[in-house]
Amino acid sequence: MNPTRRQFLKQQLLTGSAIIAAGGLSTLGLPAFASAEDVAQALAEFVGDAQTQTGLLTLKTPEIAENGNTVPISISVESDMTEDAYVESVMVLAEGNPSPKVITFHFTPASGQAVASTRMRLAKTQNVIAVAKMSDGSVYTDTKNVKVTIGGCGG
Amino acid sequence: MSKPRIKVPKKAAAGDVISIKTLVNHAMESGQRKDKAGNVIPRKILNKFACEFNGNPVFSTDIDAAISSNPFIQFSARVAESGTFKFTWTDDDGSVIEAEKPIEVS
Amino acid sequence: MMRTTIYNTLLVAGITAVSLSTLSVSAAPVDDTLVIDGEIDITTRTAAPEGHPLKEVISGWHYRTPETRELETDTFQNSGYLGIEQGEEIWNTVEGTEGKSCASCHGDASESMATVGATFPKWHAKMNKPTNVELQINYCRTENMGAEAYKFDKGGQKPLTAYIKNQSLGKPVELDLTQGDMQAWFDKGKETYYKRTGQLNLSCASCHEKNNGNYIRADHLSQGNVNGFPTYRLKQNKLISIHNRFRGCIRDTRAEYPAAFSDELMGLEVYVTWRGTGLSVETPAVRQ
Repeated sequence: MNPTRRQFLKQQLLTGSAIIAAGGLSTLGLPAFASAEDVAQALAEFVGDAQTQTGLLTLKTPEIAENGNTVPISISVESDMTEDAYVESVMVLAEGNPSPKVITFHFTPASGQAVASTRMRLAKTQNVIAVAKMSDGSVYTDTKNVKVTIGGCGG
Repeated sequence: MSKPRIKVPKKAAAGDVISIKTLVNHAMESGQRKDKAGNVIPRKILNKFACEFNGNPVFSTDIDAAISSNPFIQFSARVAESGTFKFTWTDDDGSVIEAEKPIEVS
Repeated sequence: MMRTTIYNTLLVAGITAVSLSTLSVSAAPVDDTLVIDGEIDITTRTAAPEGHPLKEVISGWHYRTPETRELETDTFQNSGYLGIEQGEEIWNTVEGTEGKSCASCHGDASESMATVGATFPKWHAKMNKPTNVELQINYCRTENMGAEAYKFDKGGQKPLTAYIKNQSLGKPVELDLTQGDMQAWFDKGKETYYKRTGQLNLSCASCHEKNNGNYIRADHLSQGNVNGFPTYRLKQNKLISIHNRFRGCIRDTRAEYPAAFSDELMGLEVYVTWRGTGLSVETPAVRQ
């Protein structure tokens, strides 16, 4: 059963939890959101069947994004970035966007550090996933949940 | 199209890791919006960005439609000698935006 | 039934005891200091001028998230500066039948425009009304350059206005209400500020005076000061003018909204600018 938007908002307000709600870009008429298969496929293309682990990679996002159109994110991976051992690439995926791919950073030893920042669009409250591929084939992930608010005052 | 904004330190010591910021004026039309008549506005984004130093690759990105308009990218580079950074953004329509910044390394 | 509908409408607008009381815990303006590029100190809180209904005047910057606030501390990351660069180009570009640019008469904007952003709207004797930067640009274009006036928010109006106001970055807002009929326009603007309009029956004061610091749905209501306009709004990813924002606010009360630069909105600009007296010019501010 799908509650109407008004019922939904009313319920949110009555329970006093009006701040966070899904659908930050609803006015843009976005198509359906990415499926779990889309996310799995993007991951498989990037890392093959490598085992993923946590640690070394840190994804930084705001806890609450004031506007889903411009969400600052950054990634950093602990690595000396030498010819022998460096971070090759870091892919960022957004689980709840119409298409999960956001950006893939490619590093070289000349990068000095495996750090990068950008600003992204988030269609609704969702998980953002970063995946780092090291030169030795090991793979690290980090996931952050970002809450996207609906403003009360349109443009 | 205004020229890209790029921040590279003017000077550095050999072996330093420096931070580089770039920001370019671009609508990054996602292909997921509709105009007032209900027609989908075609996707037109910068889909690649690359940075070279004295001809050698330093850093690059594959960009998708989820990157915000006026894309901002910050990254770092280790510099061993004086030279020139070259920055290239590639548009879906095949056009390229190019810029260069020198650095003095001592 | 009718009554229920109106009640629901108000619920959606967030103007209820429920939403205000449950959300007010985290709603105070943030205690933080704005320094731009590590060198320009911005006054974002200051004692209100005499006759002001509030004790302290607070910039909208304090009502934003840490990420949005940070964008304004760095002129590189603040995408509003793309507009400033565009405005500088326009300043130096010859247009119109007289073969003049802004620079032909006004030279270096950092000198000639140094106080404009902090002191406009100003009385304009020939027009017999207050003029803001946008109208002054149009006056120059039609009277001195032989160029066409910019239409509202079109052409170079926003970037050039932002460039000119940006020359006053960090300077405190201070209007001269003694010139011409400024006081009468101020009074008219004050009346507009307190007049309830629209289906939601809200005045400017309902949100920005009585409820600043509280939430309206997910928006953290500020005092509605205009010291950062044109402001870079993340929602639209572009510069937004004062009159665009006035009209947006009035539209959100579900009222008919006046034309940009109409007498009603010019009076409101005079009054609202005065309410921010003492705050630094932040143009281009960054908001949600």
